Amino acid sequence: MTTAARPEAMPATPGTGDLLLEVSDLHVEFRTRRGVVNAVNGISYTLHERETLAILGESGSGKSVSAQAVMGIIDTPPGYVTQGEIRYRGEDLLTMAESERRAVRGQQIAMIFQDALTALNPVYSVGWQIAEMYRVHRGSSRKVGYAKAAELMDRVRIPSAKERVKDYPHQFSGGMRQRVMIAMALALDPDIIIADEPTTALDVTVQAQIMDLLSTLQEETGMGLILITHDLGVVADVADKVCVMYAGKVVERGPVRDIYHNTAHPYSEGLMASIPRLDQKGGQLHPIKGAPPSLANIPPGCPFHPRCPYAREVCTTDHPPLYDVAPRRQSACHFWEEVLAGGN
Amino acid sequence: MATDLNGRPRTDGEPLLRVEGLVKHFPLTQGIVFRKQIGAVQAVDGISFELRRGETLGLVGESGCGKSTVAKTLLRLEEPTAGHAYFQGKDIFALGKRELRALRRDIQIVFQDPYASLNPRMTVGDIITEPWEIHSDVVPKDQRDARVSDLLRRVGLNPDDRNRYPHQFSGGQRQRIGIARALTLNPDVIICDEPVSALDVSVQAQVMNLLEEIQDEFGIAFVFIAHDLSVVRHISDRVAVMYLGRIVEIGDEKDIYERPTHPYTQALLSAVPIPDPDIEAGRDRIVLEGDVPSPANPPSGCRFRTRCWKAEDICAEEDPALIDRFGHGHPSACHFAEIREVVTS
Amino acid sequence: MSKDIKADPAVPADGDPYGERIDEQPHRDATPHAESGLSEGAESVGTAATGGAVSGRSASLWSDAWKELRRNPLFVISALMLLLMVVIAAAPGLFTNQSPRACNLANTVGRPQAGHPFGFDIQGCDYYTLVVYGARTSITIGVLVVGVALLIAIVLGCIAGFYGGFADTLLARAADVWFAIPAILGAIVILSVFNQRGLFQVAFVLIVFYWPVMMRLMRSSVLGTKEVEYVDAARALGASDVRILRRHILPNAIAPVIVYATITVGIVIASEAALSFLGVGLQLPAISWGLMISVSQNRILQDPHLLLFPALFLSITVFSFILLGDALRDALDPKLR
Repeated sequence: MTTAARPEAMPATPGTGDLLLEVSDLHVEFRTRRGVVNAVNGISYTLHERETLAILGESGSGKSVSAQAVMGIIDTPPGYVTQGEIRYRGEDLLTMAESERRAVRGQQIAMIFQDALTALNPVYSVGWQIAEMYRVHRGSSRKVGYAKAAELMDRVRIPSAKERVKDYPHQFSGGMRQRVMIAMALALDPDIIIADEPTTALDVTVQAQIMDLLSTLQEETGMGLILITHDLGVVADVADKVCVMYAGKVVERGPVRDIYHNTAHPYSEGLMASIPRLDQKGGQLHPIKGAPPSLANIPPGCPFHPRCPYAREVCTTDHPPLYDVAPRRQSACHFWEEVLAGGN
Repeated sequence: MATDLNGRPRTDGEPLLRVEGLVKHFPLTQGIVFRKQIGAVQAVDGISFELRRGETLGLVGESGCGKSTVAKTLLRLEEPTAGHAYFQGKDIFALGKRELRALRRDIQIVFQDPYASLNPRMTVGDIITEPWEIHSDVVPKDQRDARVSDLLRRVGLNPDDRNRYPHQFSGGQRQRIGIARALTLNPDVIICDEPVSALDVSVQAQVMNLLEEIQDEFGIAFVFIAHDLSVVRHISDRVAVMYLGRIVEIGDEKDIYERPTHPYTQALLSAVPIPDPDIEAGRDRIVLEGDVPSPANPPSGCRFRTRCWKAEDICAEEDPALIDRFGHGHPSACHFAEIREVVTS
Repeated sequence: MSKDIKADPAVPADGDPYGERIDEQPHRDATPHAESGLSEGAESVGTAATGGAVSGRSASLWSDAWKELRRNPLFVISALMLLLMVVIAAAPGLFTNQSPRACNLANTVGRPQAGHPFGFDIQGCDYYTLVVYGARTSITIGVLVVGVALLIAIVLGCIAGFYGGFADTLLARAADVWFAIPAILGAIVILSVFNQRGLFQVAFVLIVFYWPVMMRLMRSSVLGTKEVEYVDAARALGASDVRILRRHILPNAIAPVIVYATITVGIVIASEAALSFLGVGLQLPAISWGLMISVSQNRILQDPHLLLFPALFLSITVFSFILLGDALRDALDPKLR
């Protein structure tokens, strides 16, 4: 057991390192038999070196789909990226040839999934699967691959890594499997890791271990981290900046402190007011009324208006753009000033 | 002064529910035709607690700690291996078939998964009426329609929804239907087995508020089982922390969260991130090493000792009893229990 | 480090046999089609909107399935074909005014001609009339065998799956024994014992060989269903075993068995034909497609029409049942929707 005195949160780093990723006006839709599902409806964000961007949203907000689009792992059909740009170090991934894109995927941008048990292939040993990364991308020999795999497993703090290289995924606990996934993602020294609900399936003490590991690795390598989650606590813990998503759109974005201390969008405000806190007892929770909309049937105007306490006539018809609230901070609410003034 | 199992003076007589030494082991067998037992998963291994009328006892722990098994055995959905559970003085585990049926009116359950806990082939009306078909004297036939409307309205649904099927509702609405079903027989106790953990963040609060309203209105006691410590704190009067089939610490919500004495409780609490970046930046986090050992082969002595930074030889030899040994005001199963504040309120 | 015992999924390895771990991942983000069902605009704090929002969606699984089926051309074609066959079987008089027994040896193996579109058989009977009357045997055998086997399968499958234990072991092993015997071979052995082989003897033998598969299917379906939480909920309400089986398990477990049974009707009809062809099924003077094919086997080259017409009807019927089963499966499988 270690009592990890947390490193003093780095003085606001956003924008200091190299710009790694710039997503602008990304749209993704799924064409199903039951109609078109508008999973992502124009989201934009940037990610720099050493930066952690949290994409915060509930199920059906499009947060995972947007990450899959960046990775280029959306099944087409039924999924189509219909609009937008995804620039990695200035180059648009969407207009790249598939072969070039494959080189970026895995090598420069890697992904960690929520469910490590299904993301790992049950019939190969974990060492084999990590070594595979080297064989495919670097043409390493089997032996070198295994050696590297053991090294990586050690780096993600899997105890007695050398002995466990030949073990199969089901022989690991949930937390250890997630470490194996992280090892695979790290294998080729990527610039960016996208972690899609990496700890949702894990217990809270294991979650702490994994988040701890991810921040340590980030400090070591300087990579950018995109963390997709619904957990406001995790975001407060690790993120530098936040995109709050609702119905496939970014409704608010900005530095994590600003958003947590004074939200500028009724949805983020509602989220904060609806969760119970470990350090507070009593008081009524103030839930957001209603339920998130189906992406196949997004309300017109502001998608949040049916649930919004601030909603007026204009909200039912005009979709709010992202208004600049402060430098590097936007809110997609017609009445953001009111929300901001109301405090929370 | 006589004290109860929770170390508090006995003042208000017999509690509504008193669980003593509950054990549930699942046998591990080998062979197809001639099964032989090769071991046992010790899902629950001797836990005791009390529940008073109208209060909420939170049962919290990580997956595999046995908290859901407690729920199943209290409802006799699983037969316990040993122990007693006295409901108003009667031992639930000793009831015959007929008495058990009568007990169903007193203890009900709300399940975790709103998608699996409602029969997809029955309308909402049928789901809510079914308990009265089984216990036909609770609500007379000619009043059932009106009662269904009342109940649906009470849980925040439209009475016209009775003719619809579960798949036509969202997760939160289904959970409301499940709560309505649990209310049909006017129980004294509802066991809530992770009732909000499958719901979206913005919907969780709706269901928690509903549960609290119902408790106030009908005076129902809850055993609230969850892995989310923030949720448990919000809703519970008292909290029991479970680890590997045992209760390691039990006490009033304030005691557990503000003055935890068991190292596991402390680690658990410190691992939960608080949705405030400034507080998070200033917090020390206790990061436990390793994983929860297998309940089929738990460590000797204190079950937490393999991950505990305080562990000494005695921890492997002697199983620490759940008692208040240093006058902290609430029982804790640790040889070296001491208060450590990990959450600043 | 814990190399734990999770290898065996039947064992509640992490101490909690109800799979908390799996369930504790609620926030799987949208693969959007999973979400499209939840289109209500109001999580009913103000309930007014709940009524309208999803009213476009239909009610139960069966009525959903029916909607799905009506749009499936394969279903429509196969259902119409089968409807026709059933009508033929029930009322052959509507399709021919001749008696299948009115034969004239002068017409022996006559070719198709005006008024006698399928020609004549060796006895000089009108072949069209024979084919029409043959439908009754085939359909009767198919429906009878599958009906009885299904009934046995449902009862025994529910007992084995729901109660488990000794009854389950006994039934499962009994079914295994039947699996070990090739159906046709076993049928030949049993049928050769009977000296009179009519429709009921053949049906009996086919029932004997077809119930075990359905029983095992029913059993595994019940096993899966009884683990679902609504069954626990019913039990927690004090529901009796009979009520749990009838209201909660059967309606949710029966779909795959119905699909399989539908396909099996076709297979049973083909099996009767095969047995009759091999000379151990129905005996003359019974009229059945299988028997007609059997009799024609020596004359295939000289008189192909003797084979062609009964074989054509047989194939269409068998194929229609299989198509129908396929369509049913697609419509009932919730994963495809």
